[in-house]
Amino acid sequence: MTVRQLMDLIGARSLNDSAPLDAEITCGYTCDLLSWVLAHGKQGMAWCTVQTHVNVIAVAVLMEMACVILVEGVEAEPASLKKAQDEDMPVLATAKTAYEVSVLMGQAGVLPPAE
Amino acid sequence: MSLLTNTYDVHKGEFETAGDASASIKRKLKQLGVDSAVLRRVAVASYEAELNLIIHSLGGQLTMEMNPEHIVLISKDVGPGIADIDKAMQEGFSTASEEARVLGFGAGMGLPNMRRNADGFAIESQPGIGTTIQMEFRLK
Repeated sequence: MTVRQLMDLIGARSLNDSAPLDAEITCGYTCDLLSWVLAHGKQGMAWCTVQTHVNVIAVAVLMEMACVILVEGVEAEPASLKKAQDEDMPVLATAKTAYEVSVLMGQAGVLPPAE
Repeated sequence: MSLLTNTYDVHKGEFETAGDASASIKRKLKQLGVDSAVLRRVAVASYEAELNLIIHSLGGQLTMEMNPEHIVLISKDVGPGIADIDKAMQEGFSTASEEARVLGFGAGMGLPNMRRNADGFAIESQPGIGTTIQMEFRLK
């Protein structure tokens, strides 16, 4: 599944128009502890979080994730959006909960990260 | 002999720029054609080291050296030092500030995650003096 297909699936909008939306998603993850994500993040991951600060983008970029999904209508901080644009990291926004997004991704065949 | 050495100053409390040094290291190594799996491990370990300098130290430096066999990351700070290294290496043990925890850091994963990602890991610390961490990543 690509990031663009994921947007349709979960009813999300892209907050970063310049980012490529055709990256393939390799796995899904939901976590708000960045320390934890650093230990378990993977390349191509679609990551659900309510954290909105700029370090979220730094983590996603370093781990070469496919996209960040901001859930439950939280708004990204301007510094985060700027970094996402600078780094070409797709950031999606949805009103759905992380649980709802995870269920939809799971039903569509997106698996948790393999250890 | 190092083919390449880069040193970055990392300042206490500067969360806004956390990851800049690691991103620069990653870019340089990518340009040199380092294998992408090694590159990701170096980037994660480097980011963890950078965060530790920001969260726990009074300031320090992150240095990346590359030779034909290895990439070496060295994190060296000017204090305050770690009283009990065995405890600090335990997953889940943390002395991070409230500020760090609010951002989602300080879960006590940093040092174990550095050790997990590196092929070689050594830490030395003296309370009142500082901490030095050296990590090696094999290229061959």
